Amino acid sequence: MAVFKLWRKIRRIGRTAEPAPPRPSGPPCPKAAALHGSLQVRHVDAGSCNGCEIEIGSAFGPVYDAERYGARLVASPRHADALLVTGPVTRNMAVPLRRTFEAVSEPRIVVAVGDCAIDAGEFAGGYGVHGPVASVVPVDVQVPGCPPEPAAIVAALRGLTGR
Amino acid sequence: MNRTALIATVAQVVTVVAGAPLLAGLMRQVRARLEGRAGAGIGQSWRDLRKLLRRSPATPTGTGWAFRLAPLLLVGTSLVLAAVVPLLSTASPLDHAADLFAVVGLLALGTVTLALAALDTGTAFGGMGASREMTILALVEPTILVAVLALCARVGSTNLAAIVTTTLHDPLRVASPASLLAAAALVIVVIAETGRLPVDNPATHLELTMIHEAMILEYAGRDLALVELAASMRLSILLGLLASLFLPWGIAGASLAALPLALASLLAKVAALGVALSAAEVFIAKLRLFRVPELLAGSFVLAVLAVTSSFFIA
Amino acid sequence: MIGWALVGACVMAGLGVLAAVVAPRSARPAWAGAATVGIGVAGLIAGVAALSGQEFHAWLPGLLPIAGLRLAVDPLGGWFIAVTGGVLAAAALFGIGYAGGGHGPSGRGVQAALPVFAAALLLVPAAGSVSTLLVLWELMALASLLLILAEHRGRPAVAEAGWWYAALTQVGFVAILLGVLLYAAHAGGDSFADLRAAHLSPALRGTVFVLVLAGFGSKAGLVPLHVWLPRAHAEAPSPVSAMLSAAMVNLGVYGVIRVGFDLLGGGSRWWWLLVLTLGAVSALYGILQATVAADLKRLLAYSTVENMGLVFLGLGAAGIFFTSGAPGLAALALAAALLHVLNHAGFKALLFTAAGSVLRATGTRDLDALGGLRSRMPVTTVLFAIGALCAAALPPGNGFVSEWLLLQSLVHALPAGVVVTAVAMPVAVAVVALTAGLAVATFVKALGVGFFARPRSDAAAAAKESPPAMLAAMGLLAATCAASALAPAALGPALSRSVGVAVHTPATVLSGGLSLHLAGIASTVSPLLILIAVLVALAGCVLLVRLVSGRVVRRRAVQVWACGAGPLTPRMQYTATSFAEPLQRVFDDVLAPETDVDVTPYAESQYLVARMAYRARVPDRVEHALYVPIIAAARRLGRLGPVLANGSVHRYLAYGFFGVTGVLLVLAVTR
Repeated sequence: MAVFKLWRKIRRIGRTAEPAPPRPSGPPCPKAAALHGSLQVRHVDAGSCNGCEIEIGSAFGPVYDAERYGARLVASPRHADALLVTGPVTRNMAVPLRRTFEAVSEPRIVVAVGDCAIDAGEFAGGYGVHGPVASVVPVDVQVPGCPPEPAAIVAALRGLTGR
Repeated sequence: MNRTALIATVAQVVTVVAGAPLLAGLMRQVRARLEGRAGAGIGQSWRDLRKLLRRSPATPTGTGWAFRLAPLLLVGTSLVLAAVVPLLSTASPLDHAADLFAVVGLLALGTVTLALAALDTGTAFGGMGASREMTILALVEPTILVAVLALCARVGSTNLAAIVTTTLHDPLRVASPASLLAAAALVIVVIAETGRLPVDNPATHLELTMIHEAMILEYAGRDLALVELAASMRLSILLGLLASLFLPWGIAGASLAALPLALASLLAKVAALGVALSAAEVFIAKLRLFRVPELLAGSFVLAVLAVTSSFFIA
Repeated sequence: MIGWALVGACVMAGLGVLAAVVAPRSARPAWAGAATVGIGVAGLIAGVAALSGQEFHAWLPGLLPIAGLRLAVDPLGGWFIAVTGGVLAAAALFGIGYAGGGHGPSGRGVQAALPVFAAALLLVPAAGSVSTLLVLWELMALASLLLILAEHRGRPAVAEAGWWYAALTQVGFVAILLGVLLYAAHAGGDSFADLRAAHLSPALRGTVFVLVLAGFGSKAGLVPLHVWLPRAHAEAPSPVSAMLSAAMVNLGVYGVIRVGFDLLGGGSRWWWLLVLTLGAVSALYGILQATVAADLKRLLAYSTVENMGLVFLGLGAAGIFFTSGAPGLAALALAAALLHVLNHAGFKALLFTAAGSVLRATGTRDLDALGGLRSRMPVTTVLFAIGALCAAALPPGNGFVSEWLLLQSLVHALPAGVVVTAVAMPVAVAVVALTAGLAVATFVKALGVGFFARPRSDAAAAAKESPPAMLAAMGLLAATCAASALAPAALGPALSRSVGVAVHTPATVLSGGLSLHLAGIASTVSPLLILIAVLVALAGCVLLVRLVSGRVVRRRAVQVWACGAGPLTPRMQYTATSFAEPLQRVFDDVLAPETDVDVTPYAESQYLVARMAYRARVPDRVEHALYVPIIAAARRLGRLGPVLANGSVHRYLAYGFFGVTGVLLVLAVTR
């Protein structure tokens, strides 16, 4: 019975994903040349307030559907090509972030998502904050905003996959 | 060696290697569309594999030859299975080397190498994945062998070509109770062996819910590509085996001319089975780990019923 | 040839005993071991000669009072003599290396018992009369008891194991004694030829068979008479464990085949149904206990119970087919059982010698404390891996071939007409399948937890590779396993001859060159081709990957991924207990695990805990359910003694008076 109701709901709602916006132009990241349309991403929360996480969740959700451009979230940095880092890097997360970065095979890409990841944003100078992501690992792509819109995150990912 | 047999076997292996990632992509695409998303396209799995093959693999400190060998052995056993199981034609040069029991044994060998590699990493997740995988393997074995018994009792042989040919000559046997019950039992076996819902969620990120994923958390680059390829090859081969055992129409015998039709029918059958499996996955949730033995016991009961009906009902 | 080999074996046994008594302590194990190697080689020669068709009979009236010693070697006995000889030679060679550097027992009694044990093991399958069999059996039992008790000064568990072994061996011996004496009394003669020609009533034959099954089954480790096996095989010194598990338990199988098939001529179907049931229960129970065992040698001992269960399952199936009028299938099932005896001897000896290697290097048998031996003992690890592959019945191991054969005989059982077969065969297939699956889990645990990853204790971290003599012996055993795995058809003629003695079918059961072909069944398998195919696929995979990868992709050495936290300690690895925990939970109704929590609070307050102790174990449930009540009842009965015989003269006089009066009354009434 529940199966029928679910099936009817699927039929009724149909496709949720919005049509794809035009491909973002701009200089592609040199490290992304080897990706050829396939990007596995590991998300690292380096001390964020979870605002950016909700937007990333939306970006991979049914409406924006970042997977259609070839990006996919994975469970281990060993499986990943890129790290999506959110939040100002707190003192406790500095070493783990560095270790996560080293666990990724080369070529590694780091995407700093949100104002906190770019320059510690609201929390700059706090006693628990180590610094922005760039103070721990080299950053390749930045997505500004507090929080950035899902469309901006998707655009950054599309710049890496080239689709 | 028969030239036709050799060509058919090579064609089988190439089809499985080329088609397995496409099957994985198709299943992801079906799932995406049913969830209302657009999906990445059928070729995404091939793109992922191509990129992974060019990334450097990693050898964690403290691991040894078990960790290094497992991806290669997994792909190796899958290639041998692709050559043995009658997918395109029943005339395989390896047909007299491996029968249904040997196929089950080779599948188990692949799983064992991965479990040993997981234990070799020395991480808690590796041990957890290996322990769970071995539990499921141990509980799935009785169902497989009793279902094989149900299939072979009337044929008189466990050679795969013989079983497929007998079904081809006597199509109404597929609708007999023994055959249907054995098919139901084997569907649950395929789900358990390949780690699909409801036994295991292949897309989970929560380590404590992982079975297969937990064993491969340490693999990177080329090793990971081989492991993923082997997993999709095993899924394709098992779905192809199901198709050959219960829906064998279209399989070529010993003639080369029938191969294109066999290829088309194999692709259609496996794609249909994959789509059905993927669509069913949208409607069910993963079972708790300690409820999985109940599911496997249920499939064992189905297999025993299949044998009983094959002995007592015609 | 056979006669000379057996005489040579006896002479070497005598020389070995002399050397053990005379030689200085440091040389004792080497001399006794060398003599045992010689005995083993002689046995191998005798067995192979018997399998190629030669027969041997000897009658020595002077050696035993009244009945004399009668020897008769036929291909069935030859199979077991050859297997025993091979195991003895390899295990004794291992023992010579094991004893180097002061390890292992070196007392006079123990070293003198070794050649005697070896000779008795070889001669039991050559016995041709009831009295010869009984004398040799008891000699073997006593010699093995001495060997098991070798290290009793160091560990109290050894003495306990010795008690259990002695008690159950004697119980088994009494059962065999009663059975064969009953048979011989009604046959009017002592020799096997007389027994074969005798005509007994079905009830009597059934009684003889059940008694003999109980006796020989207890030696082979059939549930519920198996409780001595895990203790004795775990506590004995490792070379002796190998001999016990790989050679002595086979003689239980030999006894049942000899008496059931050869002497009694097949019998009734219910006998073999009983054998099949006992075999199935033993196989399942043994492997379940092995799955949850954390002690390496106890795990291997329970695996012996499992494999002997499978052999008896094959025997039972063969008997059912034979009594249902399908001698071809019976020959196949019996061939599967005999081949499994050979394969099991090979891989179990290999596994026990490897475990002995580990025990000698680390001082512990506890899998929860081992690990990391792959880099410290690389050759032992590879050899254990080969043994584990064979024991887990995966292709291309040798266990796979004999299980394949067994499954073929069960799968092709005639469904028409016989309801018993139709019910028993699917159950048997299910049992074989479940044991195969659990065996895979067990040996992945033993290999993965015991040898891979990092050492879980200082003892394991300090391990060093074993000396070359031990490695050579293990290598020989591994080579034998590989040979019987890849070329099983070469054993076809010998197997057909042995099986022919029991089921009187002249046809060849196994044949073929590269593939294994069966008589009357269309299934084939070729382990060699499977191995070649896998290797070719591996090579092809490596080449293709190199091609596709394009530029050279270098492999990096990295730290293990610990989710960003500090480096993982070896204590964070899965142990054998945690690995087996899901299976233990699934089967906890059968295993009945026990946990004890001891909480010691401070004297001042019950709520403050000073010390806590936690113990979890999986005891042998058969022992708890069956033996503990029997032992308790025996103790209670024993406590009647001081009550009945309390020293009072009045009471004894009363016993005498009432006893005589009672007998007189009974006589008066019944006259």
